[in-house]
Amino acid sequence: MATRARRPHDDVNTDARRARWRSAARWEVGLVVVLIGVLVFGAAESPTFVDSSTFFYLGINVGYLAIMALPMTLIVMTGEIDLSVASILGLSGSVLGLLWHHGWSIVPAVVVALLVGALGGALNGILVAKAGLPSIAVTIGTLTLFRGLAEILLGSLTVPATGDRQFPAALTNIGVAPIPGTQLSYTTVIFLVLAVVCGVVLHATPLGRAMHAIGLQPEAAQFSGIRVRRIKFWLYVVSGVVCAFAGILLTLQNSSVSYGAGTGLELNVVAIVLFGGVSIFGGRGTVVGVVLSVAIFGALQMALTQLNVQPEIQNVITGALLLISVVVPNGGEAIGRLRERIKRK
Amino acid sequence: MTTDTAVRPVHRFESLLRARELGIAIVIVLVVAITAVRNANFLAAQSVQQLLSGAALVALLSVGETMVIITRNVDLSVGSTLGLSAYVVGDLFKYQHIPVLAGFAVGIVVGAVVGAVNGLVTTVLRVPSLVVTLAMLYVIRGVDGVIVNGHTIDPSAIPRAFTEVGYRTLFGVPWLAIIVLVVVAVAGYAMRSFRASRDLYAIGSNPEAAALAGIPAGRRVFTAFVISGTLAGLAGALFLALHAQVDNSGGLGYELTVVAAVVVGGVAIFGGSGTVVGAALGALLLNTINQALVASKVSSFWNMAVAGGLLLAAIAFDRWLSLRVARGLKSARGVHRDV
Amino acid sequence: MTGVRAAHRIAGVAIAAVLAGVSIVACGSSTGSGAGQAGAATAGGIKKGLTVYFIPKDTQNPYEVLADQGGQKALAEVGGKVVVSSGTQDTATAQIPSIQAAIQAHAAAIVIAANDPSALCPSLNQASRAGIEIVSFDSDINCGGSPNHLFINQANTQQIGTSEVDLLAKQINSTGQIAILSAAASATNQNAWIGYMKQELAKYPNMKLVTTVYGNDDPATSLTVLQGLLSAYPDLKGIISPTTVGISTAAQYFDTHKDVAAKIVLTGLGLPSQMKSYVLDGTVKSFELWNPSNLGYLAGYAAASLASGSAGMQTGAAFKAGSLGSYQVAAPSGTTGPSVVLGPPTVFDASNISQFNF
Repeated sequence: MATRARRPHDDVNTDARRARWRSAARWEVGLVVVLIGVLVFGAAESPTFVDSSTFFYLGINVGYLAIMALPMTLIVMTGEIDLSVASILGLSGSVLGLLWHHGWSIVPAVVVALLVGALGGALNGILVAKAGLPSIAVTIGTLTLFRGLAEILLGSLTVPATGDRQFPAALTNIGVAPIPGTQLSYTTVIFLVLAVVCGVVLHATPLGRAMHAIGLQPEAAQFSGIRVRRIKFWLYVVSGVVCAFAGILLTLQNSSVSYGAGTGLELNVVAIVLFGGVSIFGGRGTVVGVVLSVAIFGALQMALTQLNVQPEIQNVITGALLLISVVVPNGGEAIGRLRERIKRK
Repeated sequence: MTTDTAVRPVHRFESLLRARELGIAIVIVLVVAITAVRNANFLAAQSVQQLLSGAALVALLSVGETMVIITRNVDLSVGSTLGLSAYVVGDLFKYQHIPVLAGFAVGIVVGAVVGAVNGLVTTVLRVPSLVVTLAMLYVIRGVDGVIVNGHTIDPSAIPRAFTEVGYRTLFGVPWLAIIVLVVVAVAGYAMRSFRASRDLYAIGSNPEAAALAGIPAGRRVFTAFVISGTLAGLAGALFLALHAQVDNSGGLGYELTVVAAVVVGGVAIFGGSGTVVGAALGALLLNTINQALVASKVSSFWNMAVAGGLLLAAIAFDRWLSLRVARGLKSARGVHRDV
Repeated sequence: MTGVRAAHRIAGVAIAAVLAGVSIVACGSSTGSGAGQAGAATAGGIKKGLTVYFIPKDTQNPYEVLADQGGQKALAEVGGKVVVSSGTQDTATAQIPSIQAAIQAHAAAIVIAANDPSALCPSLNQASRAGIEIVSFDSDINCGGSPNHLFINQANTQQIGTSEVDLLAKQINSTGQIAILSAAASATNQNAWIGYMKQELAKYPNMKLVTTVYGNDDPATSLTVLQGLLSAYPDLKGIISPTTVGISTAAQYFDTHKDVAAKIVLTGLGLPSQMKSYVLDGTVKSFELWNPSNLGYLAGYAAASLASGSAGMQTGAAFKAGSLGSYQVAAPSGTTGPSVVLGPPTVFDASNISQFNF
């Protein structure tokens, strides 16, 4: 929850910031170690992990999730959250499907689907940034609303329905063929390009510094002339567009869409972002961490599925990793506190 | 004058809270009335019973959730906890033939243990509860899946006396609703009257001030999580009583419905204000809308969209109300100064 | 700050290197050992040592679990093995990794209960191109002929739809308002059956289908929409619920509200184990289903026969399915490609329900 609780040491002074940077960097080193561990585990345990197709499949399976994680990272950085991402994915996919079903050609249908994503994001943005409503509540509302709209649009229809044209093969190919000459899926490359853009914006521009500042100290950010509301509003719009794009990619990847596409993925996206070291309170985290987190979750899922580990156990592992990701950095502090208490007694 | 200004806002605040609950109650009545105009049968005794018992489980969960949210935390693991508790109770009925009351006790204990884990990790390690309970959502559902292992508890395995709790009525009121009413009444009374419960509001509205005032925040938050878990465990047992069967999917996705009910019920998501009565009414409203849509012969494709729109309206309304009250308080103070 | 940036860059390079390493290693590796491929043929023309991936809708659905067990029994009989792989929730995205795992393991065949008629087509096409036989069961895929696959139909689709209407008609004298309580709005099977129910209802001019509501195969949602249904249509005479979760939820409600049960007849598709107590106490007169275990068993034999080349998908092709006897491939019709029908559904009532243990 985007709690506004701030610890006293959260001042925006350089020392504290440097310390925070250092701890963030440490977290990423930890993620690299975990990733290497997962890769070694996969290669050692699963005979098919080191297969030419694993990397491609990994991209297919987590690409669209990973793409949604990027705007989520930026939003969480500013101390807010967007739980409507998977519903926007489903809604824009459904819009694309409905228009296709009614004989539209692909380009205008995609444009409208992206516009719908932008509108959905703008609704979130207006309610959160302009009206000042709590984002967790607003986006639970829009999560339900957008999924509901998708259900109204498509209902029992799966597009292409019987008698419909298929989506253009050149586009649906992203779901079955890697980029020629590589094992990269198109979604992987799109994700990496977007990640670089996000990374540059977040870590190397005044806008990115503003996002950090908003997450750390919203009031101070406001006073220092940062347009908090405007930045938040546009972040939600960007999130809407990017998630709509992910919805289009998923539709093409599966060559089809029904209203339930992506149901329940919002919590997976949040889990990936948090495991990547982004603080739920905002102001702390890096895009590199999120990219590593995506790679770890994707590789782990591949390895465990190949080894035919029960999906229930996979759930437990996902949860445990998430728990560890917050417990480990805080564990040292907690032990310190305990010692102090014992000493006092 | 000092005493005056100190007392007045509190009075106003309480009356506002009461107004807020009244507001939801009015909306519920409106929804029922509009539906009844289209379909008189919606007011039949049986239909009203269904409204009450259908909302019971989510209302129960929202009582615990309210206590957690008031402290500026959140419990996303309630759905998974309900599912685990329901299956464990069913499994013990099926293979150990435990007595009926033991079934409820087991459900409550399962929930309390989960709540204690949530509370301990959150307070001792000072980890954001959203992350902890999101992780627990996965872990518990996974553990549940390992236990369930593709089986299902059939109605024939559950004692009749247990499932009776799910449908029996007393003077026309479903037992389920009575249980929830009792829980809401006790919790509502406690939240208003006990020092420890008032602390929850203090922790939520200003953690630093609460710490300075010597409130043992860790212990209070821990207790809130244990209560939330306990109620989720009880809800699991009641789920089994109501549906007379359970597999791995019990309570799947309830967490967001519960948070939605709590928010609709006027509990501030950032803590510090709200009542369990409001949250329970929020749960009743959401269920009433769902049933009203079917009863008014609206295509069920519309259910989710309408529920979502309503949720947003409730959040916006809440904001509008609190802004108005803030303005009201300001002007009230202004009047005082004039006098 | 520069130090930090440098650290970032190093971290970034490290990731890139690790990821690139994987793909380079990956490109360099040859195709696998072919562990799942066949060995010597058995007497029945089925090769030994076949690996068949069973991909149910999810790993927890009791119905699917029974079907998987049937498949395991079939493959055990012919000296092969079954790998059951799927997600915990009924989504296509959760099934795709399992299809990929089957491709990578060079499975001989995939037997899949599709969560989505179309979304799995690209992945299954890849599997088919890798030489894996595709068999669908429980819920068919609709991929426009590619991949070539065999659908193991639990019963003739039309027959399921029509027989449920007939079953209900018998109990309500072919008169009155009826409603359908289905699974999710996009559920393939249910929509196909409901289509045939509507056709069959033309034969009963005095029976009127007033609405279809969707319980999403969730007991709580099913109960909510059922209760709404009851107050919306006070004159309702019958409910058909062609899904095990829907019918058992409705049966529990009827069981506990005898006045409702006295007015409304409930039928549909349900598991005998879940419905037994309701049938024995008279809440539900009759409902139907097939044996899910037999369905999986038949699918297992079909997959093994296709993978051994001892059966084809052409109309009339025959294969032996162990203790179930011999089966023939039925001609494609409508959107359904080549299929094998398990048999007519079994109608369960008080006279026979105790004999079934699934």
